[in-house]
Amino acid sequence: MNRLARIYRTTAFKLSLLYLAVFTALSAFLLIYISQNTNQLMLAQVTQTLDAEITGLPEEYARGGVRALVAAIDSRARRPDASLYLLTDFAGNAIAGNITQMPRLFIEEGDGGVQRVQYYRLNAEGEEVKREALIRTFDLRGGYRLLVGRDLGERRHFVGILEEARRVWIGAVVIMAVITWFFVNRRIMKRIDEISATSKTIMEGDLSRRLPIQGTADEFDRLAVNLNDMLERIELLMRGMKDVTDNIAHDLKTPLTRLRGRVETALREAKSEEAYREALEATLGDSENLIRVFDALLRIARIEAMTPEAGMDEINISEIAAEIGELYDPVIEDEGGSLTVDAGTGLVARGNRDLISQVLVNLIENAMKYGRGEDGSIVIEIKAEQAGDRIILGVCDHGQGIPADDRDRVRDRFVRLEESRTAPGYGLGLSLVQAVARLHGGELALRDAQPGLKACIDLPIGKTSKE
Amino acid sequence: MLRILIIEDDAEAAAYLAKGLSELGHVADRAADGEAGLEQAMSGPYDVLIVDRMLPKRDGLSVISTLRASGNHTPVLILSALGQVDDRVKGLKAGGDDYLPKPYAFTELQARVEALARRPKASGEVETTYQVGDLVLDRLAHSCRRGEVEIPLQPREFRLLEYLMQHAGQVVTRTMLLENVWEYHFDPQTNVIDVHISRLRSKIDKDFDKPLLQTIRGAGYTIREPAR
Repeated sequence: MNRLARIYRTTAFKLSLLYLAVFTALSAFLLIYISQNTNQLMLAQVTQTLDAEITGLPEEYARGGVRALVAAIDSRARRPDASLYLLTDFAGNAIAGNITQMPRLFIEEGDGGVQRVQYYRLNAEGEEVKREALIRTFDLRGGYRLLVGRDLGERRHFVGILEEARRVWIGAVVIMAVITWFFVNRRIMKRIDEISATSKTIMEGDLSRRLPIQGTADEFDRLAVNLNDMLERIELLMRGMKDVTDNIAHDLKTPLTRLRGRVETALREAKSEEAYREALEATLGDSENLIRVFDALLRIARIEAMTPEAGMDEINISEIAAEIGELYDPVIEDEGGSLTVDAGTGLVARGNRDLISQVLVNLIENAMKYGRGEDGSIVIEIKAEQAGDRIILGVCDHGQGIPADDRDRVRDRFVRLEESRTAPGYGLGLSLVQAVARLHGGELALRDAQPGLKACIDLPIGKTSKE
Repeated sequence: MLRILIIEDDAEAAAYLAKGLSELGHVADRAADGEAGLEQAMSGPYDVLIVDRMLPKRDGLSVISTLRASGNHTPVLILSALGQVDDRVKGLKAGGDDYLPKPYAFTELQARVEALARRPKASGEVETTYQVGDLVLDRLAHSCRRGEVEIPLQPREFRLLEYLMQHAGQVVTRTMLLENVWEYHFDPQTNVIDVHISRLRSKIDKDFDKPLLQTIRGAGYTIREPAR
């Protein structure tokens, strides 16, 4: 019962049922159409035959009188597959023909068009059988009356065949539909059951499982491929989240432990108000750093989860580069370095102004920290240029660059290269740049600028870009 | 003295805020949920409302938009634990005037509350010149004078000084400057603002005996005539 109900609820079953209904209706319509047309055609044919039979008979009468007519009728009536004939005199007595009585109705009516009548005929066993015929009557001179008719048995027979065909046809359709449904359903059900079973194991936590692909490129394969892509992305996100959690556990617990240790030491050892104050201020500083790391992490996570287009506008990259240049120029000048901006004038991209400004800030601050030349000088260039339908925005420095082997690693959260451990920072700057680049459908590219590092992101070009 | 309403469901945070504000000489009332907060904000005249983004019974943003719809234009500072780019935009769209992500430094909150309370009312005419001591900033002519001396300023320096003078006597934090003068909503690690302030200071204070632009340790900057 349960299984039946399940089958009944499947889409395959409902679809089969619908197809069956439509197909049956169509067939029925076709059959009815055919039988009706055939019916009409046959009637027309019978009428024509009737007309043909009639021609000649009145002429025969005119030429040789009743005698000639009777002879003609007799000879015709004897032929196999003969039509119906009857000749009566003025009193209504049959003189010739193969039927005995003229239907009363038609005597009264005299000549008219073709009419349909029912009559009885003796069959081989001598029983009266009800038959149908088309007849026509004529009044001849001298009170004679002639009836010519054609039995419709043939037509009857044909209609019977059609009806039989209809029954057999519908039966066949139903049986075929059931068989088709059975096979289609079994196939579909099997694939769906496979997919649900696999999804179930995936849901139970085995994210590495993938849906089976048959290689037939049918809709189930397409669905499976898409679902697999989705699983891929989910797995990636999950792994990312796990990495973040691990990172947080490690990189945030360390300063928290330090903070806690400081407070404990102060509580245990501090003697003066001065010492307490000092410990508290250091603690406040630590907590501020922690908040910064948290903010940066949240911000990266948020950017990674953002949908593209959210907060995106047509933004003038040349202007943004110039503004950030103006913001940092005095800082770098104070350090004895130089900052140049080479960003054209009318480069317009589609992007988020705040995030792109922050990308530039992060790259410049990285360049200031890690990109000093051998003599300690800072030479930084902000560059923006158009390449096809992308705008390449980047920052170059004159430092040692990043070894090719480490270029992928530095994008990860909290990764800091050995050489830079001494500089302040959390190892989140490039992670944010990477996240922003991806949000804009691009990538963070780290290249050798010989000397130095060139860090670029690419952005989609805006509609109103002038260059 | 400012009358301030704090709508915040975390009792400890609200108490800490109220205590800090009353120590500064302000009067701080508290409401613990959105409904009560809205009612209180409607009934009393307040100079500033401090509204937490997530509140029981009625969301902070809904409180603000309801207030605005009923014609109440008391300046609102939104506090939010979310603190991200799009939340900020949502908060300001709902009718908030400023936005401060949690956790915040009390000095930052204080500076922002005082700046909000002193904001020029929308109806009042805009001042065309600012003056602090003998420093005069003419916003129409885009010129700056100290006594008889004309001081040439770069456009960004002009806006920086303009913002400081608009809030003369109040503490303005680095984040406020970054947000209002440069319109960036993130904190750079390098203290770029300090460098710009020192440049400005060398232009307006260096050759004069009374320094006007002062650094407030642990908070930010203020421009005012030094007390004798």
